[in-house]
Amino acid sequence: MSAQDLAADNKAPAATGPGKFARWLNKDGWKRLVTGAPYLWLLVFFLAPFFIVAVISVSAAAYSIPPFTMPASWAALTENVATNFGYLIDDALYYTGYLNSLKIAANSTVLCLLIGYPMAYGIARSSGATRNILLLLIILPFWTSFLLRIYAWMGLLGNNGTINNVLVWLGIINEPIPMMNTEFAVYVGIVYSYLPFMILPLYANLERLDTTLNEAAMDLGSRPFRTFVDITLPLSLPGIIAGSMLVFIPATGEYVIPALLGRADSPMIGRVLFDEFFLNRDWPVASAVAVVLLFLLVVPIMIFNHYNAKAEGVE
Amino acid sequence: MQKRSVFILSVLCFGFAFLYVPILIMMAYSFNASRLATVWGGFSTEWYGKLLQNDQVIDAALLSLRIAVVSATFATILGTLAGLTLARLGRFKGRTLFSGMISAPLIMPDVITGLSLLMLFVSLETLIGWPSGRGANTVTLAHITFSMAYVAIIVQSRLTSMDQSVEEAAMDLGSTPLRVLWDITLPIIAPAMISGWLLAFTLSLDDLVIASFTSGPGGTTLPMLIFSKVKLGVTPDINALATIIVCIVTLGVVLAGILMMRSERQRQLDEQRAQAEAAAPQPGIA
Repeated sequence: MSAQDLAADNKAPAATGPGKFARWLNKDGWKRLVTGAPYLWLLVFFLAPFFIVAVISVSAAAYSIPPFTMPASWAALTENVATNFGYLIDDALYYTGYLNSLKIAANSTVLCLLIGYPMAYGIARSSGATRNILLLLIILPFWTSFLLRIYAWMGLLGNNGTINNVLVWLGIINEPIPMMNTEFAVYVGIVYSYLPFMILPLYANLERLDTTLNEAAMDLGSRPFRTFVDITLPLSLPGIIAGSMLVFIPATGEYVIPALLGRADSPMIGRVLFDEFFLNRDWPVASAVAVVLLFLLVVPIMIFNHYNAKAEGVE
Repeated sequence: MQKRSVFILSVLCFGFAFLYVPILIMMAYSFNASRLATVWGGFSTEWYGKLLQNDQVIDAALLSLRIAVVSATFATILGTLAGLTLARLGRFKGRTLFSGMISAPLIMPDVITGLSLLMLFVSLETLIGWPSGRGANTVTLAHITFSMAYVAIIVQSRLTSMDQSVEEAAMDLGSTPLRVLWDITLPIIAPAMISGWLLAFTLSLDDLVIASFTSGPGGTTLPMLIFSKVKLGVTPDINALATIIVCIVTLGVVLAGILMMRSERQRQLDEQRAQAEAAAPQPGIA
């Protein structure tokens, strides 16, 4: 269904009077309206922008408003591609940025899984009222400002921060340990912010699991740990995948956490893109950075969408 | 068995401490009399007073609230339609693309969404002259786009977990599809629409990166203002502001949670009663 079809569908019956419009609406028109409005919105404001970014990534930077000129010829286009994407290969800032981001996002995902899985399991196996309260406690940070929760860690991790002050006061260390603006701080920030995103899909999955299978295995003499590895773990794989993608994909492009807690000399790619745009004002290179980032994330995004579609189908 | 529950219990304790202690410490320091944000100098509420006199903060907060209310409302309308489509309208041409466009905004890194929306706004302005300039309006459009996906997912999961037979029964009794939508489906998904609106509202209120890209002169939202301040370090007045925001959100979420749990329990009770009545032998038949 193209955008034009939708527009035509919406207009034509209205012009022929209210009676006909109502009949059209009751027949099939309401379906078209229900589907068409959000579809059109997403095509314009979600899908189209990616194509525009792709076009700008092969444009040349210029001193104009907007600060780029589209390629006029095939030769100009290839030259722009070589210039804009050439930066990403030649300049260490970019490729180390990508590698850093992928590494930090992958490690954070594993850390979230290691902490989140036992928590989700514990919540899923607790009884009625306790479970609701624990679940609310997981959802609550989800609603509180992301920015402010990262800011809270700035007060904890600094050289004069709470953690160092307490450790010095206890006599465990003499000198404050530098923790702010390190990779460690970025890990803390990411795991802290994204832990609820790991726990919620895992919980939803573990809560639905049939415990009679575990009982059967136990009755047949399987030890608790074996039962967990052989039955619970494989059955909770969809939850693990969903949670991991919810952490890994946004964490790769994360800007706020590395900007506030991370090192300036080896930034993550989100920060590189942000600075390229706001400090260097180089729109074509910023777009090229975004295109490559999107390309790196296509596979994880497809896995996530596939899982979502499957979850839809099961229900 | 016992050993594992001790392990799980300790991870739970550690996890919740990890999630909550930093916020609680930040809240405590908002009552610090000392200007040095991390040295305790006695109890004081001076920072709260200063905050209320800071016009810059008040203006940014009002702008953010306005954007959040408008974008959450539109996101709820569009997201509900999208959720209805996914849950009730079955297969149609372009469904795969549609469901992809609904779930992708949930995980798309903010820097990509922000950059691409800005490029869209700039191109549209060059081509058709709209939107002229950037500010609160473009931020609102951007927020509608990414938060409608959350509303759609919430509404969809509510619809798939509900019994479709009531809607079918109404149809069989001769009700028009629109009447069914209005009289039956909408009341069923109303709680999901409310939580969707609340989530869209807080997401909009919280967004820094997308707003930074899509905003313009005179469009400084509260997160943008906070970010420009905290880049320079920890300050007691931001501690106070953060405490106020966290308290309001917590109160809202807990209240909404209690109300929803209560209405859910009422619904279950009603269902049980209806089933009990249906199961009881009817005098006329017996």
